[in-house]
Amino acid sequence: MRVSIITTIAAAVSATALGAAEIAPTAVSFEDGTVSQSLSGVAGDPASGSEIVGSKKLGNCIACHQVSDLADVPFQGEIGPSLDGAGERWTEAELRGIVANAKIMFEDTMMPSFYKTEGFIRPGNAYTGEAADDTFGPLLTAQQIEDVVAYLSTLKE
Amino acid sequence: MTNLKGALSALIVAGSMASGAMADPVDDTLIINEELTIVTRTAAPAHVADVLDEVMSGWLFRGTETRAMQADDFDNPGMIFVEQAEDVWNTADGSEGKSCADCHGASSDMSDVRPTFPKWNDAAEKVFTLEMQINDCRENRMGAEKWKYTGGDIVNMTALLASVSRGKPVNVAIDGPAQSTWEDGKELYYTRTGQLELSCANCHEDSYGKMIRADHLSQGQINGFPTYRLKNTKLNSAHARFKGCVRDTRAETYSPGSPEFVALELYVASRGNGLSVEGPSVRN
Ligand code: HEC
Ligand code: HEC
Repeated sequence: MRVSIITTIAAAVSATALGAAEIAPTAVSFEDGTVSQSLSGVAGDPASGSEIVGSKKLGNCIACHQVSDLADVPFQGEIGPSLDGAGERWTEAELRGIVANAKIMFEDTMMPSFYKTEGFIRPGNAYTGEAADDTFGPLLTAQQIEDVVAYLSTLKE
Repeated sequence: MTNLKGALSALIVAGSMASGAMADPVDDTLIINEELTIVTRTAAPAHVADVLDEVMSGWLFRGTETRAMQADDFDNPGMIFVEQAEDVWNTADGSEGKSCADCHGASSDMSDVRPTFPKWNDAAEKVFTLEMQINDCRENRMGAEKWKYTGGDIVNMTALLASVSRGKPVNVAIDGPAQSTWEDGKELYYTRTGQLELSCANCHEDSYGKMIRADHLSQGQINGFPTYRLKNTKLNSAHARFKGCVRDTRAETYSPGSPEFVALELYVASRGNGLSVEGPSVRN
């Protein structure tokens, strides 16, 4: 029953041509699950990325993944594989694709799509249990995705 | 891609083995008041045997102290509410001046009720949860007002009716007139809702035994409902729990008592057919 229509509108905007142009969640171009173009046009900040990965209020990646580098963050989940060495296993474009919408690389994965705004069943307004309103946006912003990708790239074993 | 997925699942297996014993359900037996043995694991009923070998009570996934609280009625905070409901059971209410006991006798005579609910009601031509049945008696036989679906009065009464059935196997019917409701519930169970796109099955079928942040995922069985939760220090109905779980997928939830949750309750209850009724249980 899952609605898995993934709109792959070729990104018309070239970040390099327009400076720091942001690619909208509906305009991301995936190629075999990877995204080669920066979503924000601004280099990611690994320190901010590490905060996002560990924080319950932001990426909450730790709910499902273990990261030895974040040993000070308690209660790391075990739904997905450990992210140790992710920067060695995956290229930047692959990591960007996985974080933006993991369901393209890993069919039917339990991992949420962090840069997606369409195709949900009964989307809510965060954790209120109420219906989504017009403030509804992707789980992470374009820059937050870039920061997370930059952080994951530093995870080498 | 297939190779890649293979490599990943190898990683996942290695990962969960490394974190080991902590996440597995315990090997322990629940004996209440040193006399009543509760079936907390048993072979999966036929209609879920394609996805589960064994069905397990949430009790097996809780910590030592929480488990111990449920093994003794003096330590189980849920039993206070059972006592309160026993008083209500015997007290007349409504325009007919009748109590539950006037029609049904002692609450302890009701031990075959909880295991078979939710269940088809011929007169209403729909599946009734225990809450719906209780409110039907109040309105139509006692001339009393309906209780709020997840309010204290009704959850206490369901705790009383569960407590007298403890040890009896859950045995809800999924065929006959209830079948289409059961199918609806099954559909909901596997639907990935909300912005996190997670279904009940993602957490409670594919991932039970694993940690999701600080929570040890169980199979999400409802044989222990209502449950006294240490987190909110009150009895919680199954629909209140469903609502919390759906909310946690960043979804618009259904309401307690809605046809969707009634169907889901029948389906989830059926996944636990064969486990003992153990409500009111204790959970964190
Ligand atoms: C609800 C669970 C869940 C959450 C939350 C989650 N993931 Fe995942 N993730 C998974 C699963 C499961 C896989 C394994 C892929 C599959 O399903 O085959 C995975 C795979 C991955 C991989 C590839 C695996 C590898 O070899 O390293 C990366 C990288 C990753 N996730 C990063 C993240 C990041 C970053 C976040 C947060 C922004 C995140 N995940 C949040 C469940 C989750
Ligand atoms: C994001 C993960 C997640 C999803 C999705 C989810 N749950 Fe849960 N559920 C939990 C956690 C965590 C707990 C508390 C630990 C436990 O008992 O598993 C829980 C507990 C429960 C319990 C209490 C079990 C007990 O023994 O006390 C029930 C019943 C339940 N869930 C049913 C459901 C149903 C039905 C759905 C779908 C509508 C659902 N859950 C979806 C995470 C989830």
